[in-house]
Amino acid sequence: MTLVSTPDTEVADDVAQVATPARRRRPRWQRLVSPLVILAGWEAASRAGLIGEDKLPAPSAVLRTGWRLAADGTLGAHLLDSLTRAAIGLAIGGVLALVLGSAAGLLRVADDVLDPPIQMGRMLPHLALVPLLIIWVGIGESMKITLVALGAFFPLYFNTYAGIRDIDQRLVEAARTCGLNTWQRLRHVVLPGSLPSIFLGLRLSIGAAWLSLVVGEQTNTQNGIGFLMMEAREFSQTDVVVLGLFVYALLGLLSDVLIRTLERRTLGWRQGLKAT
Amino acid sequence: MASRAQGHLGSDVASDAGEVVVRALGVRRSFGPATVLAGVDLSIGAGEVVALLGGSGSGKSTLLRVLAGLDPDATGEFAVPARHAVVFQEHRLLPWKRVLDNVALGVTDRAACTAALAEVGLDTRARAWPAELSGGQAQRVAFARALARSPEVLLLDEPFGALDALTRLRMQELFQRLRSHHGFAALLVTHDVDEALLLADRALVLDRGVIAADLPVDLSHPRAPDAPGFGRLRRRLLGLLGVPVPSAS
Repeated sequence: MTLVSTPDTEVADDVAQVATPARRRRPRWQRLVSPLVILAGWEAASRAGLIGEDKLPAPSAVLRTGWRLAADGTLGAHLLDSLTRAAIGLAIGGVLALVLGSAAGLLRVADDVLDPPIQMGRMLPHLALVPLLIIWVGIGESMKITLVALGAFFPLYFNTYAGIRDIDQRLVEAARTCGLNTWQRLRHVVLPGSLPSIFLGLRLSIGAAWLSLVVGEQTNTQNGIGFLMMEAREFSQTDVVVLGLFVYALLGLLSDVLIRTLERRTLGWRQGLKAT
Repeated sequence: MASRAQGHLGSDVASDAGEVVVRALGVRRSFGPATVLAGVDLSIGAGEVVALLGGSGSGKSTLLRVLAGLDPDATGEFAVPARHAVVFQEHRLLPWKRVLDNVALGVTDRAACTAALAEVGLDTRARAWPAELSGGQAQRVAFARALARSPEVLLLDEPFGALDALTRLRMQELFQRLRSHHGFAALLVTHDVDEALLLADRALVLDRGVIAADLPVDLSHPRAPDAPGFGRLRRRLLGLLGVPVPSAS
């Protein structure tokens, strides 16, 4: 009988309680070494003239450009435009995915009606829909938002559906014997039980949303990070192009960290599971 | 079709054996061509512990699930008080709720939950996650969850079956203590003849879809497997279950 207590558990004088040493933190800084070495190598190669300034500018040059564009407000304005697009698209695609995924996961009728066409739709590479979308909704903002919404929809739909379907029926049954009605079972069993899957879907969705944004913003756009990059390409401003890539990467990284923090907060019970 | 009257059965059904809390008449259940329950009649008096024995696949658990209201496809008449609770072979605690919140599932009286947890000796683990408990502790929490709704009858589906032998003995002791304190009736599904003889007032044997034997366990408390009379009943029950044991004498 081994018992492990997480730090936030009130450790009591239970006989069976076995005190565990605090989990040792892995030294995280070690993971920073190789990226820093690569950056330093890149910088050195640029300064030594091994990499042409017009092909790939040094990281310091990209940073300087970033600073300049941030200082005159250009970067901020374009970033805000891109973020707005991503947020609206993600909200539309995400809400649709949650609603349809829950319906198909919970109701047999909804499953029969919704799932086949959605499964078919998943097989279409949604980025290849750009020409069709332009014909349908025009070349403006709606095309970009639709593309982001489409990209975000599928991962979240499938993970919501799978999360609900994977819930242990025995737990639902136990909740029924405790006198919980349908709504209470949804709240206390189905929602928390499918949350790990939904979080995974959300992370994948956000990744797909950024990807869709990159593609969407390269087609007839007047603002946004993608526009900044396309314009810079025409003037051969490689530093701005690389800066755009950095910004995209940073956005992806930040959103992932955000979701993972949220996940840790919400799914604390899984920490206990891991500790055993 | 099934006609069910759930709710407290008043004194109108009281027989000379005392008040009856659980009654089943002609309960049938088939899975395709296989008839598992072929008209089961059963009654449990107030405060009476009835063991339900039977070979593997005899339909013990099916009957318990019918009585627990978990099987909409069963036919026949049965009445179980609204205040009933079920303990399964697995603890079936929600992994995303702390121990106390699991006990409090569907119960508004938090004090009763804390009290129930204290009775099974786990009040100090109220804030733990189920995954942090041992198998025996988790099953004790499952019992606390059942107790917290102060049941008139407990429906127990091999509640000690998944535990190791030592933990099982301790749990059986705990069950007797809880029973003498609360006076609930219980239907105990088990395949363990010794367990039935230790805990039950009456043992039923389910065979070919009907109650084939109804055997009063008239042993005095505290019971022990080496007490006089225990071996005789044990042999008799095993014989009814189709496992004859030669007499020692």
